[in-house]
Amino acid sequence: MRRYVIKRLAQAVGVLWAAYTVSFLVLDFLPGDPVSAMAGAGMDSGQVDPARIAALRHEYGFDKPVLAQYADHLGRALRGDFGDAVSTGRPVTATLADALPQTLRLTGAALLLAAVLGGGLAVLATYTSRRWLRQLLLSLPPLGVSVPTFWVGLLLVEAFSFRLHWFPAFGNDGLRGLVLPALTLAIPTGAQVAQVLAKSLLTALDQAYVETARAKGAGRWRVHLRHALRNASLPALTVVGLLVGQLIAGSVVVETVFSRDGLGRVTAAAVTAQDIPLVQGVVVFGALIFVSVNLIVDLVYPLLDPRIVVASDRRAGIA
Amino acid sequence: MSQSLLDGQAEAAPGPARPLDPRTPSPAGRVTGLRQALRFVLRRPGLLLSVVVLVLVVLAAFRPELFTSQDPLKGVPSQNFRGPSGSHWFGTDELGRDVFSRVVHGAQLSLKATLIAVLVAFVVGGLLGVVAGFTGRWVDDVLMRFVDILLSIPALFLSLAMVTALGYGTVKVAVAVGIASVASFARVARAEVLRVRQAVFVEAARSSGARWYSMLARHVLPNAAGPVVVLATLDLGSSILAVSALSFLGYGAPPPAPEWGTLISDGRNYLSNAWWLTALPGLAVAATVLATNRVARALDGERGRRP
Repeated sequence: MRRYVIKRLAQAVGVLWAAYTVSFLVLDFLPGDPVSAMAGAGMDSGQVDPARIAALRHEYGFDKPVLAQYADHLGRALRGDFGDAVSTGRPVTATLADALPQTLRLTGAALLLAAVLGGGLAVLATYTSRRWLRQLLLSLPPLGVSVPTFWVGLLLVEAFSFRLHWFPAFGNDGLRGLVLPALTLAIPTGAQVAQVLAKSLLTALDQAYVETARAKGAGRWRVHLRHALRNASLPALTVVGLLVGQLIAGSVVVETVFSRDGLGRVTAAAVTAQDIPLVQGVVVFGALIFVSVNLIVDLVYPLLDPRIVVASDRRAGIA
Repeated sequence: MSQSLLDGQAEAAPGPARPLDPRTPSPAGRVTGLRQALRFVLRRPGLLLSVVVLVLVVLAAFRPELFTSQDPLKGVPSQNFRGPSGSHWFGTDELGRDVFSRVVHGAQLSLKATLIAVLVAFVVGGLLGVVAGFTGRWVDDVLMRFVDILLSIPALFLSLAMVTALGYGTVKVAVAVGIASVASFARVARAEVLRVRQAVFVEAARSSGARWYSMLARHVLPNAAGPVVVLATLDLGSSILAVSALSFLGYGAPPPAPEWGTLISDGRNYLSNAWWLTALPGLAVAATVLATNRVARALDGERGRRP
């Protein structure tokens, strides 16, 4: 067990380092010159002052050799310093930390909704013996992954804010303001949870132990929830790890639609302003969230299914 | 994107190797195959409808004048904010432009972006996967670790980073979206190449003295291509969504161009008095994605059922 934990931790750190490197390469060496973008921010192109460019080059260390820049940046990133956001001048880490609570609240609520709605749908669709209901329920997840989130969000605003006046259309106010954005964000995620869970539930219901439980006289609900769902939820749990990264990224669109403050709005603004340090901070942070959630899922896994550790010691795990 | 990511992982998971079928269909077999495919589609109303929707969208992209005679860019200011009616199916916008015509003409931009995105993912990802799978050893290790890293960055963030570096515009957004799904293509391509490489007929080719490039071109690639092509069709739907999300955020073509995502974000300002400006273009996007996904699933299922 201990070897397993240490190995997974080392992999997680390795992936984070690599994600940092990839974002460094993408942002600092692709065509768009970061410095002229920074110097040109907020004014018409062509009016960039060469002296300002030189000053910025020096300030950000772009006049040094590439490897030295990389080592310098990486060293500071390890201490949690991603530099200052160009558009605001505030440290990137502080900007992200300020925006984070709102987004965590949003994604947390969305994850909960997705689990409840998607899980409920899968359980109901596999439980019901009415053919039409099952087909209706099973046709919803493909629909859920096909609709653009921003469109769903706007339709919800249209219906529940402008017509019915039940929920505010935008802003960060309390629980009422959270309902529509969380629902919007939860729809594609919930649909994927439902797809995975329904599939593994159907597999589980075919297993011999379900037959045994039925033969011993357990009720249908009991067999369905206690026996089948318990085993079927393992694949769904793996997916949840992957979906959290998607939720965090989805907050970019949802927070823009609902004009909520948070990580997503910060990201959208940073991309618009070509604020490279901030975008890099967001990318690495996204990878950090993704890697940590998957690490947690991997560490919880052996508790739920003791066979996992044995298997993963034999086969090199995928970070 | 993330959906294909999941698919990619499912594909990469070690499982019982599917047996290979090196038989090539005879011409007669191909005709009955076509008839079977036709019957397969006709028996499924949802699938038939999806095929019809896709044909209409592709037609709209190539020949928009077949659907509408109105100019997507020229507005009649006196006729602004008209609701959907016989003369303006999707109503008119704040400048009096016909929204239906804008959606039809937008199909070209959005479809172009989607195809570029899938092509980038297919070519780059496929190349990575084939090289990794065919070369093996340390090349495989290095390339696949790189793919793992791409997978660990949420797709939209990766696209946004690319957009920051490349700048705005339809093609740049498309490339950014394509790069974000390179990883799943690389995984599937590698898994397939590894599977085919162990097949008896590849071994036979090698033992009869075939060079590595002829082995790759004549035996491995043709037999490994199927699942990657299916992944490409599965990736179409999510690419449409990703491209329209980026253009909704304002990183697509500059304003007067009627890109689908841009249309919806324009309509957002008039949500309280003109619902059709967001609802109907969005419906077009949703219908296209739904149709694409339905067809892709049918292709996927076909592949799964055939040995």
